This record gives sequence, C-alpha cells and structure tokens, in this order.
Amino acid sequence: MAYEITLTTSMAIMVLFALSLNFITGFCGQISLGHAAFMGVGAYTTAMMIKAGTPMLATLPVAGLLAGLLGFVVGLASLRVREDFLAITTMGVVFLFVGIVRQQDALGGAVGISGIPASSLGRVGFMVLCIVLAAGFAVFSTVIKRSWMGYVYESIADNEDVARVLGIDVARYKLFAFVIGTFGAGIAGGLYAQHFRYVGPGSFGFVESISVLAMVIVGGIGSVPGVVVAAAVLSVLPQWIQFVDNYKILVYSVLLFTMMRFAPDGFAGIVSRVWNRMERKL
Amino acid sequence: MPPALEVQDITVRFGGLVAVDKASLTIQKGDLIGFIGPNGAGKTTLMRVITGIVTPTEGKVMLYGRDLSGLTINQRIRAGMALAQQIVQPLRKMTLVENVALAAGGAKTANPFVAMRSFDRRAERARAMELLARVGLEKVADSEPAKLPLGYLKRLEVARALALDPKLLLLDEPLAGLNQIEAAGLADLIRALNDDGLTILLIEHNLREVMRICPQIYVQEQGRSLSFGEAKEVMSRPDVVHAYLGGD
Repeated sequence: MAYEITLTTSMAIMVLFALSLNFITGFCGQISLGHAAFMGVGAYTTAMMIKAGTPMLATLPVAGLLAGLLGFVVGLASLRVREDFLAITTMGVVFLFVGIVRQQDALGGAVGISGIPASSLGRVGFMVLCIVLAAGFAVFSTVIKRSWMGYVYESIADNEDVARVLGIDVARYKLFAFVIGTFGAGIAGGLYAQHFRYVGPGSFGFVESISVLAMVIVGGIGSVPGVVVAAAVLSVLPQWIQFVDNYKILVYSVLLFTMMRFAPDGFAGIVSRVWNRMERKL
Repeated sequence: MPPALEVQDITVRFGGLVAVDKASLTIQKGDLIGFIGPNGAGKTTLMRVITGIVTPTEGKVMLYGRDLSGLTINQRIRAGMALAQQIVQPLRKMTLVENVALAAGGAKTANPFVAMRSFDRRAERARAMELLARVGLEKVADSEPAKLPLGYLKRLEVARALALDPKLLLLDEPLAGLNQIEAAGLADLIRALNDDGLTILLIEHNLREVMRICPQIYVQEQGRSLSFGEAKEVMSRPDVVHAYLGGD
C-alpha cells in the first residue's frame, strides 16, 4: 500500500506541475523550456523553511509566491521577445537556476538539501493534500478556460498582434499567465520537497523542463483533461517500465517529436476527432 | 468639439531615410476621407504612427483632442480607434462570430480580473451577429475563417473593427485583392457606415472606388502632405496628377 501511496502522491505533484505549465504554454501560447526552475524555487523554499521549523502547510504559499515573483520577472522578459526567443530565454533561466544553486553552500551546493522531516499529515494525509491541490488547480484552469480570460488567451495564443488590435492589453494578460503558472509550479515544488524529503539542483534542470513540456504536448496543449491524463501516465511510466526509466529523455523526446509531427493537438485532439467522427456516423 | 483626428507635423525617420516628412491631416467627426498616394508615399507608415505601431521622430496625433503620444496600440483602440488591416488576420481557431464577439466584449477584456470572473457571451454574440449581418456575413457566421475567400475575410475585418464601437475607423486598403464586384460592394458598405455617422479614414489604391465614395481626399507624396480637400478638385490639381502619372 505504501508504494501505491507514494506513486499516487508523485502523480498528483506532476499533474499540478504540468497544469501550471499548461497555463502558460497551453492557454497563453508562451513556450517555456525552463519551467522546472520555478518548481525548484518552490522546492528549495519549502525545504529550507521546513528545516528551519516552519510547518509544511505554511511554507507552500511562500514557495508559490517566490516562484511567482521569479515568473513575473521572466514574464517581463517574455514581453520583449517572441516565441522561439522566449524558448531560448526560459531555457537560459533553468540553466541559470541550476548554476546558481550549485554554487550556494547555503542551498546545499551540488549535494542539495536532505533530511527534510516527514509531513505531520502522515503519508495518506499528504497524498490527499497533493490530490486536492492538483484537482483544485485543474478546476481553476477549467473555469479560467471557460471565462473571458480563456477567450482572450485563445486570441493571444493564435495571434497576439490581432489581440492588440482588438484593444487587448496582451502584456498584462501574459504577465498574469506567467505569475499564475509559476505560482502553481512553486506549490508543486514545495510538495515535491516534502514528498521526497530531498532537493538537489539535478531535480530541476533542463531534462525535467522538457519532461513536463512533453506531458503538456502529449496531453494536448491547452486541454486540461488531456494534460491531467498525460502527466499522470507519463509520471508513473518510468516507475512501471524499467526501459522508460533508463531512457527517460530519449522516450520523452521521441514522444514529443511524434506528437508534434503527427498530432500537434495531442491525445486530447485525437480523442476529439475520433469522437466527432463517431458522432457523425451515428 | 475638437476634430476626430489631428495629425500634426508628423516626421518619421528610419536611419537616414525620411519616410514621412511633416505630414499633417485633420479629420472632423463624420468625415469619410480617402487617403491616397503612389507607392512609397509613406501612407502605411503614417497609418502606423496613428495606430501607435511606429513612434514618430517629431509631431503628435490627437484623437478628439486627446494627445495619443506614448499610448500603445491597444490603448489607442480603447481610446476610440479601430483598425481593419490590409493583410487580413482572422483568429483562425475561432469562428467568424467568435472573432467579432471577442472584439465586442471590450468591457470584459479590459481587465484580467474582470475577464476571469466573466462567463456569459450571449450579449456579445448577439452584437456580433448584428454586425456580421451588417457586412453580409450572417450566413457564414459559424464558419472557420480558413474556409472562406478573401472577400469575406475583408468584411470580417470591418465587422470586427465595428464591434469595438469606434469613434474613428481606420481602413488600410480594404479593397486590395478584391475583384471589381467585391470591391464595389465593400466600398458601398464603407459609404453606408459613414452615412450612419461613422468617421472613417480610408487608405486605398483603388482610385475609382475612392473617387466614387469619398467626398474628401488627402494625398501624400514622398512622405509629404501634397493636397487635401474636395475629391474632384484635388484630383484635378496638376501636382497630384503628376505624382500619380509622372511626366512634366
């Protein structure tokens, strides 16, 4: 049972992490190749605060806020650059994050921070907390997608110049997406630190950023249910299948390439097309 | 009542090139002005100055007495301008009615915190349907733009601009790429919108249609204001004829 609890907890954390990227990349159309850095900010914040004696629940808002603050700064940069340049910029952020953390003794340097005390909620209680937060973000994302904000994001993702000509303050909406998305990643990072009771710079690098992007793209950019399913499956796949674990980056890269080439709208798009075809036949 | 639009001594330099040289233009409320000039006259650059895409080296633009200097394009749109662009740019993942309804929802999209708490689109969709009917696109309201010909998309640009409820409508070569019948139909629509009281600045190369629907014409040549006034009078001026046809 302990294995299932650990697995479910990891899954919920990855679902929250992927949904947070979906807010930026899926809704707002801003490609980020460095999302793991924001998770890292949250993870290190929670790790240090717990070790200093702060209750885990009190650390999560701080983890989210600090990640959101960094997200705001990166969001400001996103206003100056476009698409492919933004991808490079965010990639730079994750390398910068890892590079800085490795050099800081206060953050445990290359070794990281270990010995984080277990959650007072217990394993089941903590799992429930992770599920509730992931589900909460999924509901929040769905509500936003149906709102006028989602409508605006659809236009920005499609053509931001047109959105401007329609009187939309694109910069403000983009910043909003970056702050919300990175806040979510910070919370996921906080949960990660508590769950694994260890954080190290290697856990929040470029590979992790690509992995979470793969989850969003495989699920279907912008689709909340698609991303939830893809994140849940892809996060446990390495634990179920040894080959996937050994060749994680290779498997994710092949998945990314295959989806972008044959189904850019991900599994959500495939399901939607099959459903429409079946409806027409009936 | 201040003029609808005042373009005051606008100069735009790109490095050593002077694209617009002390251009001035005043449009009164209710006017329909045809803005013409040969290729390279700086028409598009001046239009970009008006919309805020290009920052002028000198001069300023006023909308109903309000100085627009320093305002971004979306702020200028919120101030009462609307633009139908030369190269049609529909939001391709949305239907026509969704394209127009988004523009009609200005009150809900002005602030992200309001947008995230607003869900009802019925009023904006109803308004969008009215406007699509106005431009003759009601039958294809639920179609995707990718499936429609250029003539329809040009009308969509106009409908979307009208949904912003503008005090000044800027039309950048709306007739370009259309056949004679389509161009005449759209020109009639522009004229009808002006008859309803809408102030319009129309950049256009189609002189025949400009002469047919615009009471007044503004001519620019090599970045400079060449002439402005009653259409027939302007087009009979030797310097205007020379600018268009060349020769002595």
